Amino acid sequence: MERHFGGPIPLYLKPKTIDEAVSLLASPGGQILAGGTDFYPALGERLPEGRVVDITGVSELRGISSDSEHIRIGGLTTWSEVIRTPLPRCFDALKAAAREVGSVQIQNRGTVAGNLCNASPAADGVPPLLALDADVELASAAGRRCMPLSDFLAGNRKTLRRADEILAAVLVPRRMENAASAFLKLGARRYLVISISMVAAVVQVDGGRVAEARVAVGSCSAKAQRLQDLEKQLAGLPAIAGIGGAVKADHLQELSPINDVRATADYRRDASLTLVKRALEQCVRSN
Amino acid sequence: MVSTEKLAAAESAWLSFSVNGRAVDVSVPGTRRLSRVLRDDLGLTGTKVGCDAGDCGACTVLLNGEAVCACLVAAGQAAGCEITTVEGLASRSPLQGRLQQSFLAHGAAQCGACTPGMLVAATALLEKNSSPNEAEVSDAIGGVLCRCTGYRKIVHAIMGAGEKVADKVSPAAGVAVGARLVRLDGTKKVAGTEIFGADETPAGTLGVRVIRSPHHRASFQFGDLDQFVAAHPGIVLVLTARDVPGTDCYGVIPRFADQPVFAHGEARFRGEAVAAVVGETDALEALNPAKFPVRWEELPALKTIEDALAADAPRIHAHREQNVLVRGRVVCGEVEKALAEADFVAEGEYETGFVEHAYIEPEAGFARRVGDAIEIQACTQSPYMDRADIAKILGIAPENVRIIPSAVGGGFGSKLDLSVQPFVALAAWKLGRPVRMVYSRTESIMSTTKRHPARMRLRAAATREGKLTALDFSADFNTGAYSSWGPTVAGRVPVHASGPYVVPNYRALTRAVHTNIVPSGAFRGFGVPQAAIAQEQLYDELAERVGIDPLEFRILNALENQNATVTGQVLGEGVGIRSCFEALRPRWKSARAEAAAFNTESSGPLRRGVGVAGMWYGCGNTSLPNPSTIRIGLKHDGRIALHQGAVDIGQGSNTIVTQICADAMLVPVAQFDLVSGDTAISPDCGKTSASRQTFVTGKAAHMAASKLRTAILKMAGACECATIEFGEGAVIVTENEKRTVLSLSHLPIDEHGYVITCEATFDPPTSPLDENGQGSPYAVFGFGAHLAELEVDMELGTVRVIQITAAHDVGRAINPTLIEGQIEGGVAQGLGMALMEEFFPGKGENLHDYLIPTVGDVPEVESILIEYPSPIGPFGAKGIGEQSVIPTAPAILNAIYDAAGVRIRRVPATPDRVRAAILAGQKLSQDQNQNQRRRTGVSVLHEATGGARG
Repeated sequence: MERHFGGPIPLYLKPKTIDEAVSLLASPGGQILAGGTDFYPALGERLPEGRVVDITGVSELRGISSDSEHIRIGGLTTWSEVIRTPLPRCFDALKAAAREVGSVQIQNRGTVAGNLCNASPAADGVPPLLALDADVELASAAGRRCMPLSDFLAGNRKTLRRADEILAAVLVPRRMENAASAFLKLGARRYLVISISMVAAVVQVDGGRVAEARVAVGSCSAKAQRLQDLEKQLAGLPAIAGIGGAVKADHLQELSPINDVRATADYRRDASLTLVKRALEQCVRSN
Repeated sequence: MVSTEKLAAAESAWLSFSVNGRAVDVSVPGTRRLSRVLRDDLGLTGTKVGCDAGDCGACTVLLNGEAVCACLVAAGQAAGCEITTVEGLASRSPLQGRLQQSFLAHGAAQCGACTPGMLVAATALLEKNSSPNEAEVSDAIGGVLCRCTGYRKIVHAIMGAGEKVADKVSPAAGVAVGARLVRLDGTKKVAGTEIFGADETPAGTLGVRVIRSPHHRASFQFGDLDQFVAAHPGIVLVLTARDVPGTDCYGVIPRFADQPVFAHGEARFRGEAVAAVVGETDALEALNPAKFPVRWEELPALKTIEDALAADAPRIHAHREQNVLVRGRVVCGEVEKALAEADFVAEGEYETGFVEHAYIEPEAGFARRVGDAIEIQACTQSPYMDRADIAKILGIAPENVRIIPSAVGGGFGSKLDLSVQPFVALAAWKLGRPVRMVYSRTESIMSTTKRHPARMRLRAAATREGKLTALDFSADFNTGAYSSWGPTVAGRVPVHASGPYVVPNYRALTRAVHTNIVPSGAFRGFGVPQAAIAQEQLYDELAERVGIDPLEFRILNALENQNATVTGQVLGEGVGIRSCFEALRPRWKSARAEAAAFNTESSGPLRRGVGVAGMWYGCGNTSLPNPSTIRIGLKHDGRIALHQGAVDIGQGSNTIVTQICADAMLVPVAQFDLVSGDTAISPDCGKTSASRQTFVTGKAAHMAASKLRTAILKMAGACECATIEFGEGAVIVTENEKRTVLSLSHLPIDEHGYVITCEATFDPPTSPLDENGQGSPYAVFGFGAHLAELEVDMELGTVRVIQITAAHDVGRAINPTLIEGQIEGGVAQGLGMALMEEFFPGKGENLHDYLIPTVGDVPEVESILIEYPSPIGPFGAKGIGEQSVIPTAPAILNAIYDAAGVRIRRVPATPDRVRAAILAGQKLSQDQNQNQRRRTGVSVLHEATGGARG
């Protein structure tokens, strides 16, 4: 065996259990490292400061399970695991989003919790999980608490996670498991691309009509948004080709897109309208 | 309860894992990036670092069999895992050996910087799926960027990995030229053993971090630098402008040199160096550059051409009036008269933005002082130019500067300029210790040259028969804060802006304008790709006005051997542009018919279109000397040393020049040993630029090799028809039946260590341009034309390119595989420029905001090689490096017009721009219809495409 000597040792901690992990985070100054796909790019050439709590050794945070009410996605579940795991039909959109996260290399490391906690307006995982009405479960030394993902996301790179909390799991209610779902991402290139806009839709059909529809748009506001007015409008409509015609520009008023290097705000609004229509068409087509 | 691992981590961090089947223990911080552990702590430099952000995939390794970016994995997370790097692939399974062979056979490795990442990503796929389809291959390598190949050869190599590759036999004597010889430096590239700029670190090496201006323009004052050094253990030196012993003014064109190593009191662009901190690696790593003792005062900056040309704009360089670095001018005939008398005139304004080279290898290298001399090993396209500038900066003789070019992980023009060299040279000179520097991706994008943004205004005229009669072209280029290659861009564009056509009345005026932005420099085509975006689109508009098919319009006006160019040059021979266009005719007809059928049948939002564009491009410097000297030596052992000083930046000069030598000598390629472009041992072959190496260095190689053949034959007393063969330490010359064995071992050797040394220098014959730009600026031009087929989503404005057909007159295809590689890579860069690439100074200095095409964006490219021999080039060969990028963007833009009915005059044609143009066109069309309805009282149907001709 070869031995090699390197530099000084910073505080790198790798707990094995969630209890250890939250106790390490209980005192201030610690930061969480998981898949590393946002952690390292944010560091750039700097070294991490303070204590780094690498939670990837906490096996109970991994994997997807279910009980009678929820499908539970462990926070450390990678996007590749989401793609590989057999899941009900309403997760098709989430799986499609998982395939659009960066590249295979990023999907192999990046975690669902990391995507949510990083809270980029362009996080690929957020619109599908919003459309699935997901809750998040936060763990700390003080215990666990749950809240809707839509509340958890507080704005551009802002969440309600306290520094001592770990996003332990995402909980998806099993109420609409057989609903059709679709995810569309628009970027200026294929692969490794930050979305200009993206849309997730989940459509439950009953007796040929839309029983319930949920539509979320990402990259067009500080945090991804559900289109509640549209969702109400869709309920009861015939689930047939042409359903996209029900979508009007007014339905996207809740969005507040910006101009940036990727696109203009006007374009984001216009393209999102098209994507919403197409996502709904895709959902009814697959019924 | 806290596990023991925490305690272990706090005290010592011995991490154990397996690398390439070997157990290793390293003592490193648990948060250290795995990429760094592999490269710096374990010496496995086959894994490349291109961005440190997961944006490029160059550092892809297998972690327990899964592809990951090693730059995003903490060392502590690798503990207990099995890691496979490129170095371990060959021994992993027989499959891997075949994959590497397939890469070589397909020409899938050019510069080699992405190759390790590609091979590893492909391995992850092939181990699960031994015969993947194209979509599966794309998904697997979608996260690895390549800037050289255009990806298609990589995809084919991976799909073909299952097939047994026949061992390539090196060509016999006399048949090397034209052979699809596997690149001679390829094995190292697929094995991960090639040494790039960042891949060697001499013992005791110190590092450098450069302090750069965060503002586009700022004055600055240092605090107490001595105290800063004293307060930071491990930091040994801070360098600033006062530490430059020689002339602190460099530049690639000596007459225009204006750039200091460190700004003097005022930084002229964001990213300009003001100081360099030298120290131990760990100390530099811990350094927070924001805490460096410098006080900035931001000053109003000139960011655009308009700003800089404003009457009251301050001068960026006191001696350059109106901030104009240089003007270019080519005039012939009477352009105003021709425009006034023309049957048809078309005009337009066009604009392009900054484009980043985005090679996968950021700039890197090291320097060491050897007595009174300095040695620099770094990635470069121009060793002798580096030598001259470093000598000037250090105030020493050029002979005391030795430049050792490392392998270059892509250059495309930017590595012609100095980057790390002055910093490592100054520090090593002063300290007497080796000093190394590796640019971060951010630093590379911030501080190295860009493609010049252009603002162009054109008017063109034609007769009703479709004959071009005039082109009036004017352009301003944003040349940034320092001269770099601005004069070359301003000079080359007027010569080329006519396109490869007969234009009897012509006026092309250019200006390179200084701004407070990172210097614009050389980038594949020196401004000609920008001009082609304007001119080739405008000619399409003119053809439409005349009512002629765009391809037939080009054929009708194509330059021929006997025609004078716009500089009055008559090439006489080797003008193959008409043949290029004619070669596209069959595909043009079928593609147009297919697109029309699709558009008729399809009711959805997709519209297909086809576009064409032509190109010409002069090889070598414009009316200036640019000699290459090749030295070739017969060694004692009977092998031939080829001093190949034309730096191979992936384009293939190592292979091409050897093929030329082999056929000039009529001996096998396998007989040659390549000697690198190290300035201490090889003569100057000039810069790898201006599409000159095959032509100029190739010609010198042909001459030198012919001399050596003659010398050997003379030694044997044989005539020119004799054959030369080699034995152990002997040359065997056979003339008819007579066999002469020349035993070499007892012969004396010369100063170079060879039994016979032959040298030859070639400088292309050109003539100066007069005040109207008339003369013969180039001895040889390359010609080509591209045909783009694409699909526009009318509702989203997205463009999907379906296929590019590229016809190029290369004179003689010395190595068709390498030429296809140049064409496919040029197409990918042209596609990027057309559709997605724009750098916004101060924003997005990374590879996730600055987008280059991935494998999913680049279509199949069908290359059609046309050989109209150049009377001067070796075996008739012409350049191809830059020629290949020029027609792609205008062909795509013309195809967008064909599909969507909108002209995109501001590139890149991003989805928002295309969609905005479509909406504007629809609105215009509606307004016109309304007006017409009001006037005539009848309703008018919308055009089927929903797009008015914008």
